[in-house]
Amino acid sequence: MSLPKVHEIPIGGIITEPGSSRRNPTGGWRSLKPVLHDDRCIRCRICWMYCPEGTIKEIKGEFVVKGKKYQYKYEIDYTYCKGCGICAHECPVKAIEMVPET
Amino acid sequence: MKVVFKTVWDLPAEELFASGHRACAGCGPAIAMRWLTKVAGPNTIVVNATGCMEVTTTQYPETAWMVPYLHVAFENAAAAASGIEAAIKTLRRKGLWSGKTNVMVIAGDGGTYDIGLQSLSGMLERGHRVIYVLYDNEAYMNTGIQRSGSTPKYAWTTTTPVGKAIRGKIQRKKDIMGIVVAHRPPYAATASISNLVDLSNKLKTALEYTEEGPTFLHILAPCPPGWRYPEERTVEVARLAVETGYFPLWEYDHGKVRLNPPTSAIAADPKRRRPLKEFLKIQGRFAHLTDAEIEELEKDVVANLEYLAKLASL
Ligand SMILES: Cc1ncc(C[n+]2csc(CCOP(=O)(O)OP(=O)(O)O)c2C)c(N)n1
Ligand code: SF4
Ligand code: SF4
Ligand code: SF4
Ligand SMILES: [Mg+2]
Repeated sequence: MSLPKVHEIPIGGIITEPGSSRRNPTGGWRSLKPVLHDDRCIRCRICWMYCPEGTIKEIKGEFVVKGKKYQYKYEIDYTYCKGCGICAHECPVKAIEMVPET
Repeated sequence: MKVVFKTVWDLPAEELFASGHRACAGCGPAIAMRWLTKVAGPNTIVVNATGCMEVTTTQYPETAWMVPYLHVAFENAAAAASGIEAAIKTLRRKGLWSGKTNVMVIAGDGGTYDIGLQSLSGMLERGHRVIYVLYDNEAYMNTGIQRSGSTPKYAWTTTTPVGKAIRGKIQRKKDIMGIVVAHRPPYAATASISNLVDLSNKLKTALEYTEEGPTFLHILAPCPPGWRYPEERTVEVARLAVETGYFPLWEYDHGKVRLNPPTSAIAADPKRRRPLKEFLKIQGRFAHLTDAEIEELEKDVVANLEYLAKLASL
């Protein structure tokens, strides 16, 4: 029996694709879903800062809500949101509502 | 502390810690990982000790990390980081690398207070240019909530049950900052995932001082299953830890101790400290505490604040 040479053995334990965990859609864990009411959001960045999944997106642009101009808007990417509720709990104006998944 | 970020709007937007990791919903340490990578930036090599933040982020063949990352074992993260720093130095000497590369250890409390303590001490004593970040969830969470040297007195864990013989952990939480500061590094600081501007400024400061020698950051990061509270309250629990004086925010900067807000205000005016009960009562791990036991813990909190204030006055 001939053994493979060292360089022919696949290298173990090395992951070459950064951020490849994105292949794992953790949104399926959710039982409660955060719904962000854009008309109530005062753009304070708090939910975005505290989300453990980094799944609240900060979108740049021109947004007018109730006559006020904003440069940002926040959107939740449900692919990864685990429904922990931190965003809703921390939002100072209760713009995020947790609703049961159907 | 150098104030690089004045408000939340100065904080970096780019994410270097990817979604899809398997940390529990509401994980405090996962919030810390996002901010450590964001603030340290892409030119950082992370050396991670075994623990929740390793196991949940690197399920082969996938990784949540978007920076170079090394995991060796539970007890030797600081030793492995020392080797990386030495290798970078050699590359520099040979003219093969001239950029600034941060070497950042990320380890849990079990990996720091207990099992990795000697490799941490060795790294600090030899003076490696490494930043060591301890994320403290106050027990060995990844293996199912066993007590560590960081678990506070009277806290329930699976190895410190609440019954007739004992009422949760018997011993006090170890003063890890005291141990680190005894090595006289250029910089060491505490931070909480509830105060992210403070945390980010301390990380930036530590990274800058790492040019001189080792630096240390102790981050309180609550864990919903381990501390037994509903997962939406992670940030609230961390905030209460700071506002009750349970987890003071302070820094050691080239020999000088400084208390940071809001701890500085609480130490100056005890009326501004929230009762410890507010922190304890929302956590199941303290649900069994009697008023006398709470009073005993509160005395410890006050004594610790007074001790730190004394150090800061020197
Ligand atoms: C030498 C050794 N002993 C025990 C273990 C098992 N083990 C893996 S993770 C872990 C707990 C880690 O606790 P901590 O450092 O506090 O990190 P956390 O999981 O709480 O984030 C233990 C005991 C191990 N991997 N290696
Ligand atoms: S519920 Fe939790 S995971 Fe989902 S967006 Fe809010 S903070 Fe992020
Ligand atoms: S926390 Fe609330 S108000 Fe602030 S950005 Fe998020 S949704 Fe808007
Ligand atoms: S057990 Fe605690 S620290 Fe570990 S992944 Fe879950 S929430 Fe995070
Ligand atoms: Mg731990």
